[in-house]
Formats: sequence, C-alpha cells, structure tokens
Amino acid sequence: MKTTTASFLCGIVFALGLGIAGMTQPSKVIGFLDIAGAWDLSLALVMVGAIGVYFLAFRLAGKMRAPMLAPRFSIPKRNDLDGQLILGATIFGAGWGLGGFCPGPAITSLASGAPPVAIFVASMAAGIYLYSIVFNAPRVRDAAPAALTADA
Amino acid sequence: MHNFTPFAALIGGILIGLSASAMLLLEGRIAGISGICAGVLNPAKGDTSWRVSFVAGLLVGGVMLRIILPSAFDFGIIRPYPMLILAGLLVGLGTRMGNGCTSGHGVCGIGRLSPRSMVATMTFIASGVITVYVVNHLMGAAR
Repeated sequence: MKTTTASFLCGIVFALGLGIAGMTQPSKVIGFLDIAGAWDLSLALVMVGAIGVYFLAFRLAGKMRAPMLAPRFSIPKRNDLDGQLILGATIFGAGWGLGGFCPGPAITSLASGAPPVAIFVASMAAGIYLYSIVFNAPRVRDAAPAALTADA
Repeated sequence: MHNFTPFAALIGGILIGLSASAMLLLEGRIAGISGICAGVLNPAKGDTSWRVSFVAGLLVGGVMLRIILPSAFDFGIIRPYPMLILAGLLVGLGTRMGNGCTSGHGVCGIGRLSPRSMVATMTFIASGVITVYVVNHLMGAAR
C-alpha cells in the first residue's frame, strides 16, 4: 500500500517534470535531435538536471541496507554489451526521432486528449506486445533474479 | 537556438531526477517508464500494482499540467498518422529489445554509471539524430 502510494506520487512529480522540461512537446524533442536544423539544446539540460540528482541519490542508496519501503533494492547488475541492446536502442531512437515522443511523455500527454497521442500510445503498446510475441519474452518483473537481466 | 529554454529544462530535469530518486530510495526500483509499461501490459503476480499506480500518477500529473501549464501540450510538431503509428511500434519494440528508454537508460542508468545504459543512450540519440535528419531534411516532412 505504501509503495503503491509512493509510486503514484512519484508518477505525478515525474509527469510535472516532463511537462516543465518541454519533453511533452515533440517540437522540443525533434529540435534537440535536429542538429542540421534549428538545434535546440534544451533536452541536454533536462538530462544534466535529472542525471545529476539521480547520481547523488544512487550514492546515497549505496549506503543503505534496504530501501525505505521495500525489503531490497532491485537494481540491474549487467555490465556486458550485446547486439540486442544496440539494436533495440537503435530501433527505439528511430521511433523517437520519427514521432517525437518517448514512453513517459507520451503517456503523460494522453491527458491532453489529443487523438495523435492516443494513436502513438496504442501503437507503442502494440510494439511492446509484438516484442513479447515474436521473441517470446518472459514477463517483465523486477524481482530477483530477473533483475539481473532487465535494465529498466 | 531561438527555442532554447535552459531554466525550464533544468528545473524539469531536476524534478524528473527527484522522482526517479524517490523510486530508488523508497522502493529500490528503477523508474524506467518503458519497463513499467511493459509490466502493466504483461502483468506478473505481485509486481503490477506499483506499476499501475505510477502510470496513474503520470496521467494525473498530465491533467495537472493541463491546468497549471497548458503550454506543455503545445506539441508544435505532430507527425502524420502513418508516421506516428510506425514511431509508436518502433518505440515499443525497441525499448523492450534494448531493455529501456530515455528514463531507464538515459537518467537512471547513466546516473548509476552503467556502461550498458551509456552505450544505449548514445545509440538511441544517434539513431534519433539520423532519423530526424532523414525525415526533416531529406524527406522534407511537415514540421
């Protein structure tokens, strides 16, 4: 129950951050990726802010025996690089540049009620299902030992 | 760079970082949105409620943005439907195959100095840059 509430509140803060940062505007995302056009570097600063805070939090987490509301940390431990990681990131990047949405901003933008966003999110869900059908992927879960294979 | 919005970007980024940090310190979980969505769509017993509530939070946050910051949904560029459908499919498929998206790899992964996430992030940004170049400059898509 506590983790459910915490997740809900974290989702709200995450969405507000995305909106303030400009991540919910495909023009900002595509502007960041359009180095040959009117390049907009703003999203680099979104990453600097977010990574900076998270870097500190991760160091803090390293000093904790367990998270505050859960029995243990579920952190990916893989360090190897494989073709699937590279190919997946390449495919994702192509979709990101094509549509101007990544998953978080797309879901947040559903609240706008704009039909194109709903179309994008439905297609994204289809893509997730497609992966689990074609590759017969095991269900995503972050409990050990599956945590050793999933990054996010 | 007439669209550069450094302060809003930094403040928004810090909020994203705080949310992801709270997920880590409170629940010990990675705030990777693509992974959270995949878990909602393929539910596993005992591992679904936190995911559903995070997604619900994103939606409620979106409704709040509508009220306090409506310009967050001034999309600026909306690609034509066929392109959006293909884009959605690629994002869904690619994030599952690569185990993460902008949040899981780009923020949480780089924040914990994971080599996999650094490579993934450089790869999807490079792929996005090439795609935008092709779509905007070679195909001359509506922007």
